[in-house]
Amino acid sequence: MDQAVEQPIDRTGGRPAGDASSNAGPTAEPNTGYFAGRFAWIAQIRVHHILVAAFLITYPLAVGEFWAVQIGAQILIYGVIALSLMFLAGYGGMVSLAQMTIAGFAGYLCAIFGVNSAGLGLGWPWWAAVAMGLGGATLFATLIGWISVRTEGIYTIMITLAIGVAFFYFARQNYAIFNGFNGFAGLKPPVVFGVNWRDPTPFYFLTLAVAGLAYFGALYLSRSTFGLSLQAIRDNPRRMNALGFNVKTHRILAYTAAGFIAGLGGLEWIWLNDRISPGTISVGPLINILVIAVLGGLRHPVGPFLGAIVFVLLQNFAIDLIDRERFNTVIGATFLLIVLFSPDGLLGLWSQLKARLGINRVGPSDADQQYRNPSVRQSESPAAVGQRFTTGIGGN
Amino acid sequence: MKLFLLTFMNGLTLAALYFLVASGFTLVFGLMRNVNLAHGSLYLLGAYIGYDVADTTGSWFLGVGAGFLSTAVFGLLLQVFVFRRMEGDDLRQTLVTIGISIVLADLMIAIWSGTTYQFDPPEWLYGATKMPLVRAYPTYRLVLLGAAAVIGVGLWLFLNRTRVGMMIRAGVDDRGMLSASGVNVQLVFAITFAIGAGLAGFAGVVGGTALSIAPGEDIRYLLASLVVVIVGGMGSITGAAIGALLIGLAEQFGLAYSPTYGVVYTFVIMVAVLAVRPQGIMGARA
Repeated sequence: MDQAVEQPIDRTGGRPAGDASSNAGPTAEPNTGYFAGRFAWIAQIRVHHILVAAFLITYPLAVGEFWAVQIGAQILIYGVIALSLMFLAGYGGMVSLAQMTIAGFAGYLCAIFGVNSAGLGLGWPWWAAVAMGLGGATLFATLIGWISVRTEGIYTIMITLAIGVAFFYFARQNYAIFNGFNGFAGLKPPVVFGVNWRDPTPFYFLTLAVAGLAYFGALYLSRSTFGLSLQAIRDNPRRMNALGFNVKTHRILAYTAAGFIAGLGGLEWIWLNDRISPGTISVGPLINILVIAVLGGLRHPVGPFLGAIVFVLLQNFAIDLIDRERFNTVIGATFLLIVLFSPDGLLGLWSQLKARLGINRVGPSDADQQYRNPSVRQSESPAAVGQRFTTGIGGN
Repeated sequence: MKLFLLTFMNGLTLAALYFLVASGFTLVFGLMRNVNLAHGSLYLLGAYIGYDVADTTGSWFLGVGAGFLSTAVFGLLLQVFVFRRMEGDDLRQTLVTIGISIVLADLMIAIWSGTTYQFDPPEWLYGATKMPLVRAYPTYRLVLLGAAAVIGVGLWLFLNRTRVGMMIRAGVDDRGMLSASGVNVQLVFAITFAIGAGLAGFAGVVGGTALSIAPGEDIRYLLASLVVVIVGGMGSITGAAIGALLIGLAEQFGLAYSPTYGVVYTFVIMVAVLAVRPQGIMGARA
């Protein structure tokens, strides 16, 4: 993802230089033939990509309603919201705890402007309410970004947590706009093209489509000029500033993009749960998003979805392992174990496993390149980035 | 006028409580760059343990001592067994504290359930004290105010007049240099963490007596500590005092005069400080 940026860094034990630029464009893999130019991405499709896609599409048809919606759709929704955090933290080096707040804000706006069962909605058509939700969330995220980019590294965690908790208390106390403690209920996805998107299978495919959109959008953005500059800023803000890049604007725009993704997740969230209340954006859920993203790994957009799989499965089946009430202990302990032993989450574990087994395929996809070499990974882990921010070692 | 004065007094006592919690938070942060997001959990843990001790021994003062000691020991263990292993990796340390706070909060519910507890302080602390203008004010809150002032001054003296305090201040400025000049930095870290965590537990008992203890208080005081040190400046005890005063007063005046939007005042103060002085009022560097 950030090959171009990493070039100057000494890759001890790394791969040949030519290999490292495989995502720089069609020239990277000379034998692409027909797939040169704008269709170069087709050549990067591997067997396991097709298998995953086939699995995702056939999944709801093979399992029951519970597994399609309560497990499948919920994983995808959590994944999208956590993806927004991964985008900020992985590419921008900014760990924000307010992503669930933004998602909840989108949900609240959609509930307020659309139709809800409390009869408090303004009753706008669904597309207008959705647009309000997404637009409002993006704007709100930009505002949060504008406030929190004044700080760096771990300060950002504190600021965004404070903002998130403050919004939670505000929504809980405010009855005029947010309907206080009760929030809003009766929030259903619309019937469009004759399909009732509330039904399990259509709803699953809706979440799958949105997750795909967010996933490939984030991937695309990470390889755009903006995304590459953002990653360069993460690695060395001072140098990028000296090169004439506007560090602050890039960071704020990263919040904007992540806010849009979180907003998408937020809308799906209220449709899945049929309601929005302050409980949706209380501290627990805010931290859950961080847990999911860190569990999966912050190095690649697939991480949050992996984290969401573990999280949702634990949430639903931890009851069988341990007392029903102690889910938080299980998830907290899992999180602790991951943070203590694999700073790069499940993705990091996977790459360690591959390194140990010596699996080495020809023509690695750039997603895998990141994890091929543990020494590279360690030196560039988000944690290390965060440290550089606060100690200022990176500014040379 | 009476409402104004009462609100002012309430704001002061709340500020005193916030200062007690936030001073430990800021002390640990200043030295170790460790944003201890489990600080609120330490507050609640200290309160629960203090309650149990006070309940069995019948002595409120023993409860206060137990609150301080238990969390100090807990903090010491955390520092020695967890944070020392990932020194310099502050983001990871912060994530670990989040994990710890999740587990602690859940375990505390498992042990002490969701019931609200109320302390039983000694008689002479309980009643009301006659005061000019507001006529009477709970004695306990005045004592709390006094205790916060004493601890504030004590911390200041400790940091500025003792050898260990000198080492801590030197460590805040330049860890590497302190270590190079032959000081056992690990020991200094451990002492600081124990004091910081202990203050949280102490505040738990003292604050739990003024208000009450229940699940969810950990989040409240974590948020308070966060906002107080963001406003006051990280790592500065004076900053924590100033921040606590601003936030405590803003919260109480918000509650008294515009209940629905009370929390907004706190937030506006935070944003305003960040906009003008991102490092906080007494913060040393950006």
